Amino acid sequence: MTDATSDTTLPPAAAPPAAAAAPRGWRRLATVYVYEAPVRLWHWVNALCILVLCITGYLIASPLPTLSGEPSAHYQMGIIRFLHFSAAYIFAIGFVGRVLWAFVGNTYSRELFTLPFWRASFWRGLIIEVKWYAFLKPRPLKFIGHNPLAQLFMFIVMVLGGLFMIGTGFALYSEGEGLGSWQDKLFGWIIPLLGGSMQVHTLHHLGMWVFILFVIIHVYSVIREDIMSRQTMISAMTSGYRSFRDDEPE
Amino acid sequence: MAGLETFYDVMRRQGITRRSFLKYCSLTAAALGLGPEMVPEIAHAMETKPRLPVLWLHGLECTCCSESFIRSAHPLVKDVVLSMISLDYDDTLMASAGHQAEAILDEVMTKYKGNYILAVEGNPPLNEDGMYCIIGGKPFVDQLKKVAKDAKAIISWGSCASYGCVQAARPNPTRATPVHEVIFDKPIIKVPGCPPIAEVMTGVITYMLTFDRIPELDRQGRPKMFYSQRIHDKCYRRPHFDAGQYVEKFDDEGARKGYCLYKVGCKGPTTYNACSTVRWNDGVSFPIQAGHGCIGCSEDGFWDKGSWYARLSDIKGQGFGIEANADQIGLAATAAVGGAVAVHAAVSALKRAQHKGDAQ
Repeated sequence: MTDATSDTTLPPAAAPPAAAAAPRGWRRLATVYVYEAPVRLWHWVNALCILVLCITGYLIASPLPTLSGEPSAHYQMGIIRFLHFSAAYIFAIGFVGRVLWAFVGNTYSRELFTLPFWRASFWRGLIIEVKWYAFLKPRPLKFIGHNPLAQLFMFIVMVLGGLFMIGTGFALYSEGEGLGSWQDKLFGWIIPLLGGSMQVHTLHHLGMWVFILFVIIHVYSVIREDIMSRQTMISAMTSGYRSFRDDEPE
Repeated sequence: MAGLETFYDVMRRQGITRRSFLKYCSLTAAALGLGPEMVPEIAHAMETKPRLPVLWLHGLECTCCSESFIRSAHPLVKDVVLSMISLDYDDTLMASAGHQAEAILDEVMTKYKGNYILAVEGNPPLNEDGMYCIIGGKPFVDQLKKVAKDAKAIISWGSCASYGCVQAARPNPTRATPVHEVIFDKPIIKVPGCPPIAEVMTGVITYMLTFDRIPELDRQGRPKMFYSQRIHDKCYRRPHFDAGQYVEKFDDEGARKGYCLYKVGCKGPTTYNACSTVRWNDGVSFPIQAGHGCIGCSEDGFWDKGSWYARLSDIKGQGFGIEANADQIGLAATAAVGGAVAVHAAVSALKRAQHKGDAQ
């Protein structure tokens, strides 16, 4: 797929002319700066938040074995909830910050939020990528940013799922903050909309499992792609640079 | 029916002293969360305002709301409250019967047009044209619509009228429907609970009499003064929750020591009601104090949210009859995806090895 490569304004991309000039055994591996520092910072902070949120969230629903002694001697659930709420605030603020960065960052910082739903090449690329994962195609396409399958997956889980978890999370948080708090004014309407407090708890809890599944698939496919695809994966989220393993255009 | 008799007149007529009356006003002000400066206002309203005609209809219900209501425990006033409002029609409490009783409805509706309160206990079933609940030979839904037409406001007593309660639990064979889904053009005050707390019921009525307006309602139409906080927020066992001390089983050490009932399915954290503050039977106790978790009876659809003894609610697969909670679904999905990832990884490795073999 060439649209991902031709989108970029950054120099040494694996552009067709360069590729055309390179065939005779001489490999000119292109490296592109993809993810800028704020995007990478957000990614790792977000990953940490998700880890803390899943563990503490699970423990809020299914608490640890009971403690004995005076209640004044412990604050176990209090601390677990504090960690959950703190991580949730960081997750939510990070999400807002990430949205803002999409306005000032490079093309690839916008990919997370912009699903090219009306672009036919996106869906073609998606089918090719699905075939690659289903072992029906020997070789995937090259991408500087997300491949279409990853972009769709990220959009559904990180953007829609993230918004759902932030919305339901703050709605539940508003129950403790009380009527009239800003959390209640902004998010309180979600509780009757989804059918009551219990229902919102259940859906929020299911959301946690969606994120756990996301992490499993995300980590697996990143490692797999890093080994098997035509570009590096992990370096793009650590140093920000992505290298290509061949100079062929397609 | 004493047309223009004021509340105060009625109370004095029934032998309540002025001293007791003023005590009642203070207690009511306290119950409503009002400051002491509101006591004279309540007294004044009681002395000058004519009794508020209330028509109390009964649909599909169990009369637990009435049972609760008649136990309103402000000292010396429980029967007074009953005669304070001009309870002109109430299937279960009125002396008259038959056509006589039904005639009162029409009389009040014309005499106090737009000025009476309609209190609804229970709800109308809509299936088979409403024939699952017949009052005086007619479907209840018709009676409800007729009386609601000229009412000033409607009070939905209990979870039946507010949300549907047990008769609306899945699969709801009679299509029992809460009042606000049948009547759309009147202010509706929901007072959920199965039953609601007696003092909450009388408190709502007293507020309406005193201030001549309906109490401030939350998003779901419940009076904020009684339903703005969860049981959990004011529970006396809350310190045990924050500390991490739970009843693991109903007969364990924690149960004897009065630890938090969260792990045995207490619905206090998801239930909006005044049980942990107002309590029941003149403030004697409430379920959690008695050692049993809250079942969430004042929440929408509490019959359909799975076990009362589990924290995670059941998620029913509509149409294929599978019940599981979020963790069971989540673990199954994780196992499936984890397995799929492992298989995928193995196939990927094989393919790669094969491919390498081809290249050499």
